[in-house]
Amino acid sequence: MTTPLLSLQGLTKAYPGVVANDQVSFDIGEGEVHALLGENGAGKSTLVKMIYGLVKPDSGTMLLRGQAFAPPEPRAARADGIAMVFQHFSLFDALNVAENIALGMENPPPMGDLASRIREVSETYGLPLDPFRIVGDLSAGERQRVEIIRCLLQDPKLLIMDEPTSVLTPQEVDILFETLNKLRSEGTSILYISHKLEEIRTLCDHATILRLGQNVGECIPAETSARDMAEMMVGSTLQTPERSGREFGEVALDVSGLSVPSPSEFGTALKNVHMTVRKGEVLGIGGVAGNGQDELLGVLSGEIPTAADAIKFNGQAIGKKGPTARRKLGVLTAPEERLGHAAAPDMSLTENALLTGSVREGLESNGFLKWNETKGFAEKIIEEFDVRTPGPENAARSLSGGNLQKFVIGREVLQNPDVLVVNQPTWGVDAAAAASIRQAILDLAAKGTAVVCISQDLDELMEISDSFAALNEGRLSAPRTTIGLTVDEIGLMMGGAHGMEVAHV
Amino acid sequence: MIVLEKRPQPSKAWSYATPLVAVIATMIFGGILFALLGKNPVEAIGTIFWEPLFGEFAFYYRPQLLVKGAPLVLIAIGLSLGFRAGIWNIGAEGQYIMGAIFGAGAGLAFYPLDAWYIFPIMVLAGAFGGWLWAMIPAFLKVRFGTNEILVSLMLVYVAEQFLASVSLGLLKNPEGFGFPGSRNLQSYESAHNAELIAGSGMHWGVVAAFIAVIFSYVLLNRHMLGFHIRLTGEAPRAAKFAGVNPARLILFCLGISGALAGLAGMFEVTGPSGQVSIDFNVGYGFTAIIVAFLGRLHPVGILLAGGLMALTYIGGEIAQSQLGLPAAAIQVFQGMLLFFLLAFDLLTNYRIRAARSEVA
Repeated sequence: MTTPLLSLQGLTKAYPGVVANDQVSFDIGEGEVHALLGENGAGKSTLVKMIYGLVKPDSGTMLLRGQAFAPPEPRAARADGIAMVFQHFSLFDALNVAENIALGMENPPPMGDLASRIREVSETYGLPLDPFRIVGDLSAGERQRVEIIRCLLQDPKLLIMDEPTSVLTPQEVDILFETLNKLRSEGTSILYISHKLEEIRTLCDHATILRLGQNVGECIPAETSARDMAEMMVGSTLQTPERSGREFGEVALDVSGLSVPSPSEFGTALKNVHMTVRKGEVLGIGGVAGNGQDELLGVLSGEIPTAADAIKFNGQAIGKKGPTARRKLGVLTAPEERLGHAAAPDMSLTENALLTGSVREGLESNGFLKWNETKGFAEKIIEEFDVRTPGPENAARSLSGGNLQKFVIGREVLQNPDVLVVNQPTWGVDAAAAASIRQAILDLAAKGTAVVCISQDLDELMEISDSFAALNEGRLSAPRTTIGLTVDEIGLMMGGAHGMEVAHV
Repeated sequence: MIVLEKRPQPSKAWSYATPLVAVIATMIFGGILFALLGKNPVEAIGTIFWEPLFGEFAFYYRPQLLVKGAPLVLIAIGLSLGFRAGIWNIGAEGQYIMGAIFGAGAGLAFYPLDAWYIFPIMVLAGAFGGWLWAMIPAFLKVRFGTNEILVSLMLVYVAEQFLASVSLGLLKNPEGFGFPGSRNLQSYESAHNAELIAGSGMHWGVVAAFIAVIFSYVLLNRHMLGFHIRLTGEAPRAAKFAGVNPARLILFCLGISGALAGLAGMFEVTGPSGQVSIDFNVGYGFTAIIVAFLGRLHPVGILLAGGLMALTYIGGEIAQSQLGLPAAAIQVFQGMLLFFLLAFDLLTNYRIRAARSEVA
């Protein structure tokens, strides 16, 4: 048997209160695409940070081609041929592609040479990229290409990719996979972190599954069903949300000719958005992040005022009404950003329950607050949505992402909205919690609420929505019935491949 | 290596303990400072903290505590509301001056009429003067997005020029033998903010300060507006999501802090000070910023901090006259208090931990 490229043996890393990795061992072979699977908080990030030299293990060893490998810092890891594409890009908007790449290099060559090398690499791997374009003008997919090319210029032996497809359209994902396959055929190993099971099944040769910091199993993804892998990740049987056949009522939310400039400089303006949502219907809105999702939520929540009759609720023009007035009518929203937008991090859960609940739950009278009732409402959310916290007096920031998300969604669901708009309802939430949130949304729709679900998780949208539309550069495609919609069609609605082409292998 | 680790949530115990720890640290380091100046540190600290309360002349100093503390508390309460919301009114000194000018001006307009309604009118005029002065930065911020810190601060110096101008012109005492300054309101009974109980130091300004403390406590803890103020300070985006109108909040917070500073100025000019004069203002508006933070922007905390600050003022004066400590040393001492408070404040949100070095 050949020596694996990288062999991890008993890696352990503990932080105060949690063991992030507990005796994790596995091997990555030469030219292998190895998937690292696990829910949020399973310890995937800590593990790759150890390989990349960002974190030192408490115990355990790593062998790179049979040699002891303990990078004290990322520079040493890079020198040994490890490269990493992070989930969050570290690029400077105001600089061009070549300048950004030069910034990450130890001894950058002259700009002209670098530019021609960038061209060379990008053509070889089917990642067309003009070295002199300003990064601020690039799409998310193109920015990722910058990061990938930055890594490829180092000629890595092992490329680590942390959730690379979360910002891509399906077509862009295809192109990325072509590139990765080409790399594999050249002998580069890839450690691929994701929780998107279908992707892993098509791409990866081998998978290691982490749960609560431990290696709970390995499998050959192509021979294992997505469901089995999911259950290994979660450690229990998964509940698939149920959708009962529903009759749709009359139109509850009617948006027509909605155009608004973005309140922030780097935001996306909404352009002539039309949509209608009937009672009991779930409208799923897909699209790559940064195509106007935040702005759409802001306009629907009332944070961004607009022309009065651009938004109608049960026939009543509400475009000019603020968030409080809309809540009073029954239009409720849950923004994507939990800390700082949907909830105030340093305030208690009781205070956060008051944040949106004051009007509909009768938590104030003549401006004076009813703390007892508010605490009761917070306790009700905690109980009904299984929020893990010692009690409502705890600060929002002390909750894990998934628990806070359950609280934020639960807070709106329990107020019996007539229209509910959610943005990324299960972002960063573990599979079990995500399933319960989706079920809550479906139950609400079954009771006659019109739901708009903005999400970047296509699987989620396919699972819960009745009709589907996509946001692309602030424009909303015409909604279509979800049943029978193919991934290709969705991809085209999302704006296709943004000018990418498949690698010429 | 020592690292700071963020606490999952702010420590309740530390948020109460830090002011106390800060006072103790100030005593220690202030003592060292006084020792370096060649004074006996124990005696100096004792003079500042003990003499005004329990010394030989405490009967004279204790009422002074109320007289000096009241304007500090009144102004600091108003400032704390804005500070809670992240609205930084640094120009309370100017609003204090304008309150005094408007209040005194309204009273002097009636001179020498004797009527019960004159003083209430003066109170309203004083509050209005401070409010008006604070509305300038508020309006500019709402309308043009200017920085309220700079505008309110610069308006302090405008107010000082205005004070000099009226002292020499509009409000100058016609029977003052050409000296600058207005008539003495202490000798105009209808306009005099007299002691409510002779010799106690208790005047209407003290009453107003206590009312402001209670009002602010109820507002912050029991009222939606107070909740919105805190929410805006904690998470501005969440506040907008909750339905807070930021412009209205700016107008309210700056308005109320201006009005309270104006009231403080009005009570001062009609009582302890007695007349509008060029050197009427003594920095209460700036010291109140320290008081607000020393009191953790909490109404009861501000009440205690105002008392403490008044104590260091009076004690400092005693130390100056009895021990010959330079005035600058006393100011450094007061500055230390804020410095240590802000430094120890860190412990509310972070804990100190010894750690092995590691690139995180």
